Amino acid sequence: MATLHTVNKSPFERNSLDTCLSLCNNSGSILLIEDAVVGALRNTSVSERLVKAIESGVKIFALGEDLKARGLPEDRVIEKITLVDYTGFVKLATENDRVQSWL
Amino acid sequence: MKFTIQVNTGPFTHQASDSAYRFTLAALESGHEIHRIFFYHDGVNNATMMCAPPQDDRNLQVLWTELAAQYELDMVVCVAAAQRRGIMDKKESERNGKEFANIAPGFQISGLGQLVEAAVASDRLMVFGD
Amino acid sequence: MAEIKSFVYINRKAPHGTIYALESLEVVLIGAAFDQQVKLIFMDDGVYQLTKNQDPEGIGMKNFSKTYAALGDYDITEIYIDQESLEQRGLSIDDLQELVYEDEDDDWKEKSSMRLVSREQLASVIDSADVLLNF
Repeated sequence: MATLHTVNKSPFERNSLDTCLSLCNNSGSILLIEDAVVGALRNTSVSERLVKAIESGVKIFALGEDLKARGLPEDRVIEKITLVDYTGFVKLATENDRVQSWL
Repeated sequence: MKFTIQVNTGPFTHQASDSAYRFTLAALESGHEIHRIFFYHDGVNNATMMCAPPQDDRNLQVLWTELAAQYELDMVVCVAAAQRRGIMDKKESERNGKEFANIAPGFQISGLGQLVEAAVASDRLMVFGD
Repeated sequence: MAEIKSFVYINRKAPHGTIYALESLEVVLIGAAFDQQVKLIFMDDGVYQLTKNQDPEGIGMKNFSKTYAALGDYDITEIYIDQESLEQRGLSIDDLQELVYEDEDDDWKEKSSMRLVSREQLASVIDSADVLLNF
């Protein structure tokens, strides 16, 4: 019974990503969209938490269009975060049993 | 798969309406069904035909209207949220003693029950907002 | 509409500063007519929605906090409060209004609808939902 969690707020401004990480179980997936994609980069104050979540089994994705829009290069994204486009976003929504949007 | 899309923000402050639009388009192009798009809170501001953004800005209302026509989408604007924000069809406008109606083609005004009904009838509810 | 789904409403915003708390309550009350299974979660700043003695008259807002007491009459009997969110904010369950329902299977005895839960318990509420509504 997997849940797709979407987060659209910068982790440097709001606690949505933190809350999401505390409630996402190991079979869940997290997709970072809109301002939340800034959390996908390496060497930030949140990257360690994301890497830990990935190591525990959580799958983390980021919307490529949102990274590109913000001038954030793909090669600075945490290695195990998978980039998707909107079609990939739709696919994630269908592959999971439900979608939780942390607004 | 059957989706319902909920849009909670207007098109000119947050990115969420654009994300909702792009998700909807991708879902349709992937062969999925959109059961309903429900506009709530400031999301109702997507439905006014009185917005006139500068020429180099996208006009999301027009994009929604065109998408609805192309795919015969059911786009519902929450009546209570819309009345508060001055989005009305002819009937609501007359009932409230106003001179104009401004709802864009493709959008309909209805109650919150339409959101709950859509959530019951769909496989996935996608919420875009602030 | 024979199918019964599990609706979970997640409330994470403080009242009055934005419209979300009020609008969430409206969906919950209207949704009750659809006879679905309903659970409410109050977490993060959402726990402030249930504080006692709210009096927004001085800021020109409607005092909808009294409406929460009616949830029991709408057969909403499962209200989850995130303990960690209360602690982070220096609050305890005693700072919140008590929400109750009458149990028709137990001689209409009045019972509390509120369940103080951990993040782990909340995760399982979320992971068992059919529909998640966020406010």
